[in-house]
Amino acid sequence: MKSLEDKLFLNRYQADKHSHLKIKDREVCKYCETRPCTYICPAKVYAWNDKDEIIETAYEGCVECGTCRYGCAHDNIDWRNPRGGFGIAYKYG
Amino acid sequence: MAVEKFDCIVVGAGVAGTATAYLLAKAGINTLLIERGDYPGSKNVMGGVLYRHPTEEIIPGFWREAPLERPVVEQRLWILDQDSAVTLGYKGKHFGREPYNNFTVLRAKFDRWFAKQAVEAGALLITETVVEDLLYEGNKVVGVRTGRADGDVRADVVVLAEGVNSMLTQKAGLQHDGLNTAQLAVAVKEVIALPKEKIEDRFNLEPNEGATIELVGESTQGMVGTGFIYTNKDSISIGCGALLSQVVRNRWNPNELLERLKNHPVVKPLLEGGETKEYAGHLIPEGGYNAIPKLYRDGLLVVGDAAMLVNGIHREGSNMAMMSGKYAAETVIHARERGDFSSATLSLYEKKLKDSFILKDLQKYQNASAFFETNDHLFTLYPKLANFVAREFTTVDNVPKKEKQRKIMEGVTAKRSKFQLAKDFYRLWRVMG
Repeated sequence: MKSLEDKLFLNRYQADKHSHLKIKDREVCKYCETRPCTYICPAKVYAWNDKDEIIETAYEGCVECGTCRYGCAHDNIDWRNPRGGFGIAYKYG
Repeated sequence: MAVEKFDCIVVGAGVAGTATAYLLAKAGINTLLIERGDYPGSKNVMGGVLYRHPTEEIIPGFWREAPLERPVVEQRLWILDQDSAVTLGYKGKHFGREPYNNFTVLRAKFDRWFAKQAVEAGALLITETVVEDLLYEGNKVVGVRTGRADGDVRADVVVLAEGVNSMLTQKAGLQHDGLNTAQLAVAVKEVIALPKEKIEDRFNLEPNEGATIELVGESTQGMVGTGFIYTNKDSISIGCGALLSQVVRNRWNPNELLERLKNHPVVKPLLEGGETKEYAGHLIPEGGYNAIPKLYRDGLLVVGDAAMLVNGIHREGSNMAMMSGKYAAETVIHARERGDFSSATLSLYEKKLKDSFILKDLQKYQNASAFFETNDHLFTLYPKLANFVAREFTTVDNVPKKEKQRKIMEGVTAKRSKFQLAKDFYRLWRVMG
């Protein structure tokens, strides 16, 4: 069975240097009880870092579905389209 | 850019936007089609069924040229329990001949071809360009602001075909409260390469014939949603999607749902030996009739997924996208003849949608989405009961049939009383009938 990382590796990305998604207010995540962003994202872009008590974002693997934008209960993710030509480029779609 | 002002700007080169741009360009209207990806289709995902009829209304005989996968001759429905399935389906060999019913497609290939037709008809296609905002003069939309330097472009009318992440539609005040998690499904899909002969053997198909399987029940771990398996030329598309509200509540990761589906004992043999080529994720607008935004304002129209034109129950969306693009193009042509792009004139678009199957169908099912969301035992208990009934019915075990029927009935009513069953069927009939 392929891991999610292996699967994302199959996809073609044109990675931008700048992230197209930002956590608006890091304090909100600290007190978020369920942190849906850490499990609902198909590409697992978001992970909770226990030590620093922050959400880390691996935006490079984002498949641009927008699930996090709507699934965050606190509307705390500033999600935009990546700049033109950047991000995922599906070969099959 | 050579021209600063166009007659029409279309935002997004999916099927809705490209259908609009193609028909406008064919009518001699100066049209700019803006796509944020590298090429049309590079950001687009769907399960993969394209319907012949609406597509042909845009480009007659398209199947002779377009990069399609397989015409679909068999459509199946599998109701899954943990290690079994109740299977239903319809096979029509005539679907494998002209004029066909529907096709499996891969959007990155199809959309690229479709946009090329729009360009050949005279539309100007600009890729790698994000539209960040709309330009206004008073209350009227007069163009778009792109992410490029000096990126403002003006037009008499803008058509938003931006897809399910309808940020511009929301920004323009057409979808006041935005969308919520009960109005969206999150879906993931893999394209798995498999030799043609293997596909044809496993799905019982002649060369170049295709099949689709929709799967309910265990395929989404009982959440409101479906799985699907579609045969492409030399690959299989397999995926699943469920209402985002339920994915959040049940704490599922969509990729884990898909891995479970791939490893379901009834599904697994279909994929054996295949090699995953791509993994995709996408939202599906499932809000239906009650979630449709306002579809126009002065100088602006909204089409396709951005307009919530998806019928999840019948697996229809690309057909509504195509047709909404056609109605939008006809409306723009009409407005241009009158020299008036006010909302009063553009309201013709909504009238055309209302007179068509699009709003009629969505209105018919307007309560279905909320009904399923609040009655999720239909997706958990009922698939299990169906499998229980079928198993008892097909097990030959020296029990007299009369006793067996009694046992089945008892087994069912132990889980759901006759009164509850009757109520479920009545309410189901009310939202579906």
